[in-house]
Amino acid sequence: MNEVYGDFIEDLYSVDNDDSLVLTFSPSSRPIKQRWRNNRLSAHFVADYLATFFPVSDEDPSSERRKKQAKGAVSYGANELLENAMKFHNNDALNCKVHFGIHLIEKPEIKVVLFVINSLSEEQMIKLKDFIQQLNENDPDEFYIMQLEKSAENDDDEGSGLGLLTMINDYEATLGWKFGEFSSNPQILTVTTMAQIPV
Amino acid sequence: MQEIKGEDYIVIYNPETESISFQGELTLGGPSEYQPIKDLLEQVVESETSAVTLDLLKLEFLNSSGISMLSKFMLKVKNEKNIKVTILGSNDVPWQSKSIKNFKRLLPSAELKID
Repeated sequence: MNEVYGDFIEDLYSVDNDDSLVLTFSPSSRPIKQRWRNNRLSAHFVADYLATFFPVSDEDPSSERRKKQAKGAVSYGANELLENAMKFHNNDALNCKVHFGIHLIEKPEIKVVLFVINSLSEEQMIKLKDFIQQLNENDPDEFYIMQLEKSAENDDDEGSGLGLLTMINDYEATLGWKFGEFSSNPQILTVTTMAQIPV
Repeated sequence: MQEIKGEDYIVIYNPETESISFQGELTLGGPSEYQPIKDLLEQVVESETSAVTLDLLKLEFLNSSGISMLSKFMLKVKNEKNIKVTILGSNDVPWQSKSIKNFKRLLPSAELKID
């Protein structure tokens, strides 16, 4: 099974000469709370990594600011993708790990590609596909308010996909997904979530 | 003064200035972990106050669960309370330069003061 939705780059690693970094996590190896802080630290780490490739010119004072904004966008997006992955990853899938990667594309325009691969249950896959469909059918800005108002009625509900929606609305990110299978017996489903953020 | 403190953040309520100051990096794991902060916000608006200031100037990082908590607070004030909300923010903090405008959209009567 391989199903692709949205804006997804299939052959990311065949792009010549672009730099990338991939981190691997075993989410079952540590308590979730400890892991949670680790999401943010990893997000800042990859943002710092990216910043080393970001051109800053002494003659252009705005370039330093642009670099700071780029780091902020990567930190935010990376943290959201990692939080989602850790939340949904199926801890029973012992050999299946969470992979998180960052990739800088410089042509035709500078953008950062973030992706995370995690396992998920069939029920979560159906919910996610439903979210993707709603995203296609609605204006993302209105969809964000809709999800927020829906969640305001229930204290325990933080609103589905608000992290992804803020990435689209506030960071001009495009999103894509690829559903696959880590193993068929027992069946372990995976999803790759990809965010492309112009910086 | 009332404080909620975590490893990387602190939230301080000062009744004299009617302000709640958020500082540090706040990335708690969902609504249940944000509950103490949400309770503090609600306690302040339930008191006799007619105005409240949310000082976000030193809040360097906030995840979407935190943005969601603050957004829901704005909706609650809009729907239920007649109090003046002032939000202090900074364009030097990347998440604020991107997302702080949404709070004003949710609560048009709020005053946004951006450094």
